[in-house]
Amino acid sequence: MKNTISERIADFLKDFPPFNELNEIDLGRFSTEVVISYKEKGERVFDLEEAPHPYFYVVHKGAILLHKDSDDSIIDLCDEGDIFGLRPLMANETYKMCATAHEDSILYAIPIAAFKPLTQTYEEVGNFLIESFASNTRNPYSKKHRGTLYGERANSVSGTEPVLFDLQPIRYSKKIVSCNPDASIKSIAATMTKKRVGSMLVMEEKLPVGIITDKDIRNKVATGIFPITATAKDIMTSPVITYPRNMTIAQAQMAMMKSNISHLCLTKDGTANSETVGILSKHDVMLELGNNPAVMIKAIKRARKFKKIKPIRFRIMQLLEGYLEQNIPLTLVSKIISELNDACTKQVMQIALRKMPKAPPVPFAWLAMGSQGRSEQLLHTDQDNALIFTDVPEEQFPETQEYFLQLSKCVTKGLRDISYEYCPAEMMASNPHWCLSLEKWKEQVSSWIGNPGPDEVLLSSIFFDYNIVYGDTALVDALTAHIFNATKKHPIFFLHLAGGALQNPSPTGFFRQFLVEEDGAHKDFFDIKRRALMPMTDAARVLILSHQIKSINNTAQRFEKLAALEPAQEAFFLSCSYAIKALLKFRTKQGLLHNDSGRFIALDKLTKEEKIKLKRTFKTIKELQELLRVRFKVSNLLG
Amino acid sequence: MEFFKKRKVNLPTFWETYEASFEVPLPKQLKEVRFVVLDTETTGFDYEKDRILALGCLALKNNTMVANESFERYLDQHFYHADNVEIHGILRTENRAYSSELEVLQQFLAFIQNAVLVAHHAGFDIKMINKALERYGLPKLKNKVLDTAVLYRRTLIRSPLLEKKEHYSLDELADKFDISKKDRHTALGDAYITAIAFIKIVAKLKAKKPITLKKLLSQRMRL
Repeated sequence: MKNTISERIADFLKDFPPFNELNEIDLGRFSTEVVISYKEKGERVFDLEEAPHPYFYVVHKGAILLHKDSDDSIIDLCDEGDIFGLRPLMANETYKMCATAHEDSILYAIPIAAFKPLTQTYEEVGNFLIESFASNTRNPYSKKHRGTLYGERANSVSGTEPVLFDLQPIRYSKKIVSCNPDASIKSIAATMTKKRVGSMLVMEEKLPVGIITDKDIRNKVATGIFPITATAKDIMTSPVITYPRNMTIAQAQMAMMKSNISHLCLTKDGTANSETVGILSKHDVMLELGNNPAVMIKAIKRARKFKKIKPIRFRIMQLLEGYLEQNIPLTLVSKIISELNDACTKQVMQIALRKMPKAPPVPFAWLAMGSQGRSEQLLHTDQDNALIFTDVPEEQFPETQEYFLQLSKCVTKGLRDISYEYCPAEMMASNPHWCLSLEKWKEQVSSWIGNPGPDEVLLSSIFFDYNIVYGDTALVDALTAHIFNATKKHPIFFLHLAGGALQNPSPTGFFRQFLVEEDGAHKDFFDIKRRALMPMTDAARVLILSHQIKSINNTAQRFEKLAALEPAQEAFFLSCSYAIKALLKFRTKQGLLHNDSGRFIALDKLTKEEKIKLKRTFKTIKELQELLRVRFKVSNLLG
Repeated sequence: MEFFKKRKVNLPTFWETYEASFEVPLPKQLKEVRFVVLDTETTGFDYEKDRILALGCLALKNNTMVANESFERYLDQHFYHADNVEIHGILRTENRAYSSELEVLQQFLAFIQNAVLVAHHAGFDIKMINKALERYGLPKLKNKVLDTAVLYRRTLIRSPLLEKKEHYSLDELADKFDISKKDRHTALGDAYITAIAFIKIVAKLKAKKPITLKKLLSQRMRL
């Protein structure tokens, strides 16, 4: 009997080792017995010392975090196609690590009873699994540089110990960019640019005969020693220094230092007389060595698929955690993290643009709104974005908008793939209301400013923190200029904006106790976003806009600017800036702790000191709201 | 009164077995409830004239499905329109095992038992099945039914900025929840998409408030 579900499972598995070794009939047969299991974010798949399941697992969608215990020393992050939980297949013992869904995930649980016979029929499959289980790396075929220990031996070897880390086998690129000795230098340079690599191997019948790096082109061609018409064999460095493929990180580093080279050629037996299996660059080594922003930027820029950016985002979060632990100032941290997040978004744009059948018909700009627009987005949060395109004649509008909606759909999907959730209110450029021409945006903004009702104020408060992420700055500047003209004509708008800023619920009650949520899933939690962060960002926005300044979006920086603009209030605004930073840090730490947005805080988990710190900021919030009330005479409106 | 008694006596044993499964009450805990997610492919949208061409079902319990515990049948319908081939791609000439309608209904009842049925725009599928049952002199399905289209609307935030639509298609749900649209428009393929959407919807509702089967079922269903 036909079974679409098991066919679907087989179709997925056939692309991943070790299942790619199986023939269709065997794959089809055990696929019918596979169990599809959905795990919500944060749900355990198995616990430390839990009795073995009758299954091992393949990640179909999402990501599974393997970690040692509740203290969360991370062993590995498995994503699509990765296998984990192999222990029951090898030995009838309890699990030696925990597996938790890092995001909502779909797992294929492979029944061991059905699969075990195949490990005997197919030698390759058995070997792969044994190798996966016993060696340090989870996937010996893996090309990726995600580099951490496979946890099965983690009892004796901790994945985070730097000393032992050096002794791990290194992962190298298997996609070798090569040419033959007669290739022209021009074509070599073109290929290297296209593939974004710094070196090219010169091969003759699969054997490496030489290597050309950026340096060779600079030193030997650009200087005029060789003409551009010369061939590879004229400028290549030869012979190539070769190494066997099972090197450790430490060995690779030493090899590079010893010969003062930046690329190692790896061959089957380690000599130049055997087949080339891979190439190892300094970049690969750097990537293995850890989370360094510069290396990550480079890795982001090299990504050609949305999926490739996702593991980098995971590392960005680890970096953030490290920074916060080391107590590095939040201003600096948020700058670096925002920079990295921006780079991710930009790369998503690039990839999406390449996916489109044709180039954009007119210039456009992609805007980040809300917290991302303010560069306050340190954690994974929802995406809020909008798109402006250059005005086109009326008859071309539908067609042009359609193009940009298509593009936006692709971008928002890409952003979701790298774990920015869709905005629940659909404030995204893929929504026709948020993908408009400059003229239409101007009309939209004018109507918000001209008749400010509660919805209009809410919309402008989200929209006015926009920041360009990608595209034509002139479009954004034109819109900004328009906003200031409009607010000059309708000064009452600020009154409404200030009124909106004062509507946020108060963080503390009459007796200075924390006010917590009364019902819903977050009952008895403190909503730091609504009760503490929003009053401050809203206040900062109206104050800075009333000074006709748009170039600063970050709330802390807005307060600093206000301090400079109003010397009389300098001390107060600086204390606001300090308070918002403290609150953001608080939220970020909470978010990292629980792998969520950090918005809801369990008060009973806070220390006394933390509570005092938090309460101190509330005093500032109250004073700030008082200032708004007086300055914009809000009582007139509400009373 | 006599009329009813007589009918009851005449019902075939497979129906009685099906009916007997309802003597066991549904579990209170959501994770112990057996759901059957289903989808039908039909010749059209007319309850009287059109017929079911394919029926796909998938059992779901505690967010887990087993590939084996599924049900996928193509029906041999003499009655046939060519109009709908574009949607479901079921051509009569295609080399497939076909079963008679009665046979499929019989297997279907044995498969679902007293499970809670889940479908996208469930009203349509359930009515199509009920119409088919009626043709063989059988009563309507006795199962509780959940509609993912209705449940999905409940997950949307109440915001002046979001215009809710009257209807959300399965395609829209698949996009929203990032479910691959592979095998779309095959009965079991659509059932799978519906099942994943259902899991995600329940998770979303759960995040708002603790949820029970009773609460899920409290939606008003028009069948």
